[in-house]
Amino acid sequence: MQIRKLGIIAIAGALSLSAAACGGDDTGSGGSTGAAAPKTLTYWASNQGTSLENDKQVLQPELDKFEKQTGIKVNVEVVPWADLLNRILAATTSGKGPDVLNIGNTWSASLQATGAFVPFDDKLMAEVGGKERFLGPSLAATGVAGQPPTALPIYGMTYGLFYNKKMFKEAGIAEPPKTWDELIADGKKLTKGDQWGLAVEGASVSENAHHAFIFGQQHGSELFDPSGKPQFDTPQQVAAIKQYVDLMAVHKIVNPSNAEYSNGTEAVQDFTSGKAAMLMWQSIASQVKAAGMTDDDYGLAPIPLPDPSQGGKQVNGMVAGINLAIFKSSENQDAALQFVKFMTGKEAQQSLNKTYGSLPTVKDAYDDPAFQTPMIKTFQEILGTTSAPLPQVPEESQFETLVGTAMNTMFADAASGKPITDEYVKAKLSDANEQMLAGS
Amino acid sequence: MSTTPRPDAGRGAGPPSGSSGRPGKGVLARLTDRIPVRIRRVSLPYLLIIPAILLELLIHLVPMVIGIGMSFLKLTQFFLRNWSAAPSAGLSNYQVAVDFDSAVGSSLLHSFLITIVFTVLTVALSWFLGTMGAVLMQGAFRGRGLLRALFLVPYALPVYAGVITWSFMLQRDSGLVNHILVQLHLADDSDRPFWLIGDNSFISLIVVCVWRTWPFAFLVLMAGLQNISGDLYEASAIDGAGWWRQLRSITLPLLRPVNQVVVLVLFLWTFNDFNTPYVLFGKSAPEQADLISIHIYQSSFVTWNFGSGSAMSVLLLLFLLVVTTVYLVATSRRRSDA
Repeated sequence: MQIRKLGIIAIAGALSLSAAACGGDDTGSGGSTGAAAPKTLTYWASNQGTSLENDKQVLQPELDKFEKQTGIKVNVEVVPWADLLNRILAATTSGKGPDVLNIGNTWSASLQATGAFVPFDDKLMAEVGGKERFLGPSLAATGVAGQPPTALPIYGMTYGLFYNKKMFKEAGIAEPPKTWDELIADGKKLTKGDQWGLAVEGASVSENAHHAFIFGQQHGSELFDPSGKPQFDTPQQVAAIKQYVDLMAVHKIVNPSNAEYSNGTEAVQDFTSGKAAMLMWQSIASQVKAAGMTDDDYGLAPIPLPDPSQGGKQVNGMVAGINLAIFKSSENQDAALQFVKFMTGKEAQQSLNKTYGSLPTVKDAYDDPAFQTPMIKTFQEILGTTSAPLPQVPEESQFETLVGTAMNTMFADAASGKPITDEYVKAKLSDANEQMLAGS
Repeated sequence: MSTTPRPDAGRGAGPPSGSSGRPGKGVLARLTDRIPVRIRRVSLPYLLIIPAILLELLIHLVPMVIGIGMSFLKLTQFFLRNWSAAPSAGLSNYQVAVDFDSAVGSSLLHSFLITIVFTVLTVALSWFLGTMGAVLMQGAFRGRGLLRALFLVPYALPVYAGVITWSFMLQRDSGLVNHILVQLHLADDSDRPFWLIGDNSFISLIVVCVWRTWPFAFLVLMAGLQNISGDLYEASAIDGAGWWRQLRSITLPLLRPVNQVVVLVLFLWTFNDFNTPYVLFGKSAPEQADLISIHIYQSSFVTWNFGSGSAMSVLLLLFLLVVTTVYLVATSRRRSDA
């Protein structure tokens, strides 16, 4: 009898937990600052450096400077990429979040739709120095066109092709590849023994989605039609994703193990540790430094562009980067604005972007010679001329998740030797499309 | 808890309250004074249990009701901050979930079936290992205490620490599992198997789950064995019953009430397990190991469709309710038959 009672209680508990599971995420209990401590801000920073600890070390001197100037203390918490969107969602739902936080700029329009962030209208814009101070492409990725930005850009990034100079020399390759055929041919020469031509983050949803976009642009695909409806399974998009997965499946210049890589650091490690000769990535300055590589060891070139006669767009990067937003629920809006002003100020922009190897997002920061290096110049060139922003639509984050996840499966199948056919890719993308429509 | 009587309030020790002519008596105390002592004594236990019931409602029922409410809404990112303003979805969230021709419905069915196979295998293996462990640990021998403690380690470890270690061990290139397989020439060095993606991911998930779950069965069954009188074994030994016969005719039948609970609890835990696949695979589990809890999590939190995620949760709840009811009715009938 006792045992039976116990069982029933346990069952009741277990059952109600399953129903409650959709109620909320408990990870987002973040630090909301009470009114009792008006001089303290909480700040969720995204993981930019080699580790969460490394980010803290990079940010702390700046935060100390800010405290000296204004008397406002900033408590920073660095959030790993894989958790960031979830944490933001939980904070949005509960209204209990930090005062200021980093968001990936591709989520701008999605997060704007929640209405949880302070819009930077003309008045607030004037406080941080006006629209004209910011780089055009970065500012374009701050929300839906025609609406006040939901966040301000602080680190500018785009994609480039990193290559290991020593390995290129050993393989007798004089220059980084300019076309896809060259990249594949070089990749084959560089693939031998434990060394592979190219590293990809095959199980990283966001990394996959970014490449789906870049390759898609090259094939002339648009992910959303003019009315905003998703169209992930067009022939152009199918060809684009197949081209990307084929680097592993057909050309075999990517280690099948890359299909397991999911945390956004493993592919970079393969490159910095010499397991892979090329990497299509954003800024990796701090990781490279941590691995003991110098500027002489590796170079940066633009990712190949398509043959212009084939009709695709001349796009080889996405306008990537990190934005800074203020939560509407913050009780210290004035202090939060001061912090945003500080972080977008010339001095903080120069020192932080220098460390992370990213691009300042304000024009007046470029007078520092640190931003005149060949590497930064190349990134600047790509960002300014051949990068396109991901569609700034509220459904953008769903696109990343659904298509990125579908690509995880494709890489898993490619790694285990299953054939990746057009029909297969199309079926996966159609499913993603349908799931997206079901929610709208 | 304004209805709770305050026994000390009327004894004159407290400050005078109220404006009536009887100073020193609280309003409440005066009211309770009128209630006969007999009734007060009978009602006291009920009054004392009220806080517990209220908390139980708060913790379990309220989220459940909210979840059910959400399942009838079109709850997307536009209404996250103020979800009561979300437009009604009627039954459409449910229709989408059970339309097995659509991408959403067919993938839900797929993960539901996977979860059933996974649960049956995991519970069966955990129960078997738990029973074997408990029976073998029954007799006294040297080092028994140490072994028992060791067996319980997976149960005592924090889920995250245990499962993340498994995920390191199961890595293709750097993992211990493949290293051992290669050393033993069970796998080709240049063609190491994947354990965390593809077809093998299902096997990995079961292994890790059984590793985590069986110590609980072991613990409870061991406690159950303590209740079986040693006389029975002695008497049967005199009658010539061997180990196997004792297991079949004494141990298992007498463990039946314990087993009924163990199996049911293991079933519910395993069916709803979220932590193990989440830590092992991350947010997007491989298709072959896409358990329903992860699937629902993806539908709600990753694709921002909380309405349809809630509808799936409610369907799952109904399914589990039916299964448990059938199970409880069936097992209690069997007991009264016996």
